[in-house]
Amino acid sequence: MNTEAIKELLYKMADDLLIIGHRNSEWTGLGPILEEDIAFSSMAQDKIGQSQALFQLLHELGEQAPDTVAFTRNANQFHNAQFLELPNGDYDFSLMRHFLYDIADQLRFEMLATSSYEPLAKVARKVKGELKYHVFHANTWITKLGTATDESHARMQAALSASWNYALGMFEEGSFEVQLKTENIFEGESALKNRWLETITPIFAKATLTIPDVKTWEPKLGGRKGYHTEHLQPLLDEMSEVFTIDPSAEW
Amino acid sequence: MIKSLDPRITREQISENNTIDPLTPMDNWETYEVFHQKKRGDQHMHVGIVHAPNPEMALIFGKDQYGRRGITANIWVVKTSNVFCTEYEDQDMFETTPEKIYKEASGYKVMDKINKYKKETGTMIPRKEKA
Repeated sequence: MNTEAIKELLYKMADDLLIIGHRNSEWTGLGPILEEDIAFSSMAQDKIGQSQALFQLLHELGEQAPDTVAFTRNANQFHNAQFLELPNGDYDFSLMRHFLYDIADQLRFEMLATSSYEPLAKVARKVKGELKYHVFHANTWITKLGTATDESHARMQAALSASWNYALGMFEEGSFEVQLKTENIFEGESALKNRWLETITPIFAKATLTIPDVKTWEPKLGGRKGYHTEHLQPLLDEMSEVFTIDPSAEW
Repeated sequence: MIKSLDPRITREQISENNTIDPLTPMDNWETYEVFHQKKRGDQHMHVGIVHAPNPEMALIFGKDQYGRRGITANIWVVKTSNVFCTEYEDQDMFETTPEKIYKEASGYKVMDKINKYKKETGTMIPRKEKA
């Protein structure tokens, strides 16, 4: 097994989940209605839980303990896609990101359910039901708001256009694409991106939302290599505030 | 600007003179009654309501409001407006029910008769062996 390749894969997945989990949790108490607030917060918790499971696998491969890895690194040591660190903005943007990311996440785990790296395949099979609900939630909102009123349609379209190039950045290739594929660990970012496009296209059609013209596609890359927007470090400072004050603090 | 202990509130840059807009009809969705089933075959139990614009969203919200803790097999939602009910002013229909113990199994005292029969005939009523 190519441990370095597996670590790279686990780090980017875990960081994606931790950062989007934290961002989405920022809506807790501020959500548009009580029921949605609870649903969105509950899913944010699921994401943090999933990231913890992956950090645990990293720990078993010799990395530091999950809390240490999550709370003591600086922005340039994170491997999440830039898309996930962007501020929440209005609820339309948060929902659009939830949709675009969660479908990619679901497909990635689906592909990994048969990975030759059994510990990760096990996690993938375990989170299947959680992800099914997350995607059900996202799909319902996107199709509903895409077709509800002129205002909701315009807002969702604007959110999609603003998200698009960042969303493409989620599929930035790593340095071990070939090894991961030949060792049957993971089929690779490019295969994932194709499946993602196949999945979201009919849903956007149903929601009457238009994916930007392919000629304008410019993926926002760099996140996987530690290059981030100015928004990540403040997020990390806030997220690790308690840990920094008292590393032994317990809930 | 409101300065809060919660950094998320401070970031919103809300004016001190901020007023809350009064509710308008579109601000609240209608309610759905939620029924929760613990395991297949059990009866669905009424657990509360959710606000939702359509049945699909009601199911989504019902899942997290009432199914995020503990075990769930299935959730039902029903539009509150589709539930028909008795009037509280007719509650007197039920007034004498608690007195009617003959409607309950415990109202029938049969053990004496059974024991008498057993004594007379010397027979035991067969019991199922415990597995």
